[in-house]
Amino acid sequence: MKSAVVVFPGINRERDMARTLKLVSGTEPSMVWHADTALPAGTDLVVVPGGFSYGDYLRCGAIAARAPIMDAVRAHAGRGGLVLGVCNGFQILCESGLLPGVLMRNAALRFICKDVYLRVERSDTPFTRGYNAGQVIRVPLAHGEGNYVADSETVARLEGDGRVAFRYVAPDGKLDPRWNINGATNAIAGILSERGNVLGLMPHPENHVEGAIGPTDGRGLFAGLTQHFAKVA
Amino acid sequence: MESPLSQPGMKARVTVTLKTGILDPQGKAIEGALKSLGIAGVASVRQGKVFDIEVEGTDRARVEAALKDAADKLLANTVIENYRVEVLG
Repeated sequence: MKSAVVVFPGINRERDMARTLKLVSGTEPSMVWHADTALPAGTDLVVVPGGFSYGDYLRCGAIAARAPIMDAVRAHAGRGGLVLGVCNGFQILCESGLLPGVLMRNAALRFICKDVYLRVERSDTPFTRGYNAGQVIRVPLAHGEGNYVADSETVARLEGDGRVAFRYVAPDGKLDPRWNINGATNAIAGILSERGNVLGLMPHPENHVEGAIGPTDGRGLFAGLTQHFAKVA
Repeated sequence: MESPLSQPGMKARVTVTLKTGILDPQGKAIEGALKSLGIAGVASVRQGKVFDIEVEGTDRARVEAALKDAADKLLANTVIENYRVEVLG
């Protein structure tokens, strides 16, 4: 799997992401600067990592979404190429029009940094094939603006088309408002694009991949992607 | 203050506000603080943004069109926000 991690000023999770991609897929990703206009030839997966691009000025992800490299990312997605956005990367993908909706301030107005439980809603996507549908995974989360909001038609379409990939749930996998940590609509933690080739999620699966530092539930996402491309190639 | 414009221009203001029905926790927090200060008659608060922009050119229609473009492409997220462009002259 040939992956490229996009780097914007103010991003701070790009090295965690690169480390995980190398660890799980075995291939070192390319780091692509925001002012570049092209992705490395043969890129399979583009990853937009987390952080605070442009200091979250204007709106989270708003300025990064208009950076030169994003035209190349949009073109990659337009060709059916896979794009993964995590945390600020999810915000950037929403702002860039690759995913619908927007991430608003957490309902409780606080920055939240803790592990959460996610239910994997389907396993038949390149991003989630490393899991079973309905499986509950524990992954870290750290954000102030992760409260997913979209108009009611968009939410109905996401739900109707099975485009909600991950939801915040209780440890037993049940929906519970107390475990919907940021107040997101329908406890949405991650969504897919219409064609299923773009995934954005707020939590950080890339930080739970090594047994030496905790649970490894995030590994399935990257292992699944690696398998997907091994099969394609 | 000296204008940064290299040629005659106009001043304009773009105001961005949250759409009705979009939850505004910051506005709610400010509303609560105003109420706790005892400011009379505060019923609700919605927080928005104001951009004061100097634009080159004196053609009002063109300036307005350019700023609408700016608002659509960057200043506002029209999923959750409305905007208003005023050319102040």
